[in-house]
Amino acid sequence: MDYIDPHIHMVSRITDDYETLARMGCVALSEPAFWAGFDRGTVDGFRDYFRQLTEVEPKRAAQYGIQHYCWLCINAKEAENVSLSREVIAMIPEFINKPNVLGIGEIGLNKNTRNEAIVFLEHMELAIRYEQQILIHTPHLEDKYQGTRMILDMLAGDSRIDRSRVLVDHVEEHTVRHVLEEGFWAGMTLYPVTKCTPARAADIIEMYGAERLMVNSAGDWGPSKPTAVPDFIMEMRRRKHPESLIRKIVYENPLQFFSQSQGFRFTPRDASETVASR
Amino acid sequence: MAMPLTALETLNREFLEIRCRILDLAAMLDRLERSNDNVADDPRVKRIHEALDVLKTTHEDRAEQVQLTFSRAYDDNWQQALKVKPR
Repeated sequence: MDYIDPHIHMVSRITDDYETLARMGCVALSEPAFWAGFDRGTVDGFRDYFRQLTEVEPKRAAQYGIQHYCWLCINAKEAENVSLSREVIAMIPEFINKPNVLGIGEIGLNKNTRNEAIVFLEHMELAIRYEQQILIHTPHLEDKYQGTRMILDMLAGDSRIDRSRVLVDHVEEHTVRHVLEEGFWAGMTLYPVTKCTPARAADIIEMYGAERLMVNSAGDWGPSKPTAVPDFIMEMRRRKHPESLIRKIVYENPLQFFSQSQGFRFTPRDASETVASR
Repeated sequence: MAMPLTALETLNREFLEIRCRILDLAAMLDRLERSNDNVADDPRVKRIHEALDVLKTTHEDRAEQVQLTFSRAYDDNWQQALKVKPR
């Protein structure tokens, strides 16, 4: 089955992973800007990273027939440095019109601090000013519930936000309802230990339905599995869910959400027609 | 959404997996108590036992309740507490 991984960090993966993803049916992916495993020191470090996301990775992906898209931001872990964050936010417009950029992300919270909230709000302002979609990282483990509620408060507090153009990622059993009820899109990340398993993601689909829900691998440099989306597909098949439902979650939903981005130009396999932004 | 599998089909499929995970859990708790030092007062151990209590309930939202057991509380006055001005 053709599928789209809406959240994966390919800068951290080897080229063989692109080949494996293509063999498993991945036809497109989107790569949010994230933490490199260390705090970067200068705005030029981010400028180079954004060049990697907008110039290098699309070419690496294209070698295997995968269409590569990305999101730009300074992530929550580095947001404690507010002055650097502001420099990065001021620099992002240099890249916003690159052909594979979908919006601002993955912005969010990490430890739910004041500085993280300030930088989150300034990213929101940037997205609104440039009419960009937003992809949001919610915190890990014990911080997730509190941080997700804080993020929803900030989004709901600004009437200029179009909720249908915002994806709140890494939802789990205790946060998915809040995100969907507020009218946002929700992403489930399939991680070996710290987030959703394919079975629990299938449970959440059975409980909440498939509207505005996606699954992703968030494959990165840590413990993660870039082929987690096919694991989810297999779990859904083992439960005898129809192919049409599975395809909606792993292909049609990402297409519907991404199609709202100005930079989205997707060519389906075996089709001459291009799905462009609305 | 309708569940394609019956409860019996799910039990047939997952019984050994459930058994295996309960055994793993039991062995981990035994391991904690076998050491010379004592972590019974560690707040994480308290949370583990609270989560085990959730498993024994008959509600259908046990996964959500376990998640909340391991979560920091949300305060809807956080913006005032952190002095963050909403947009």
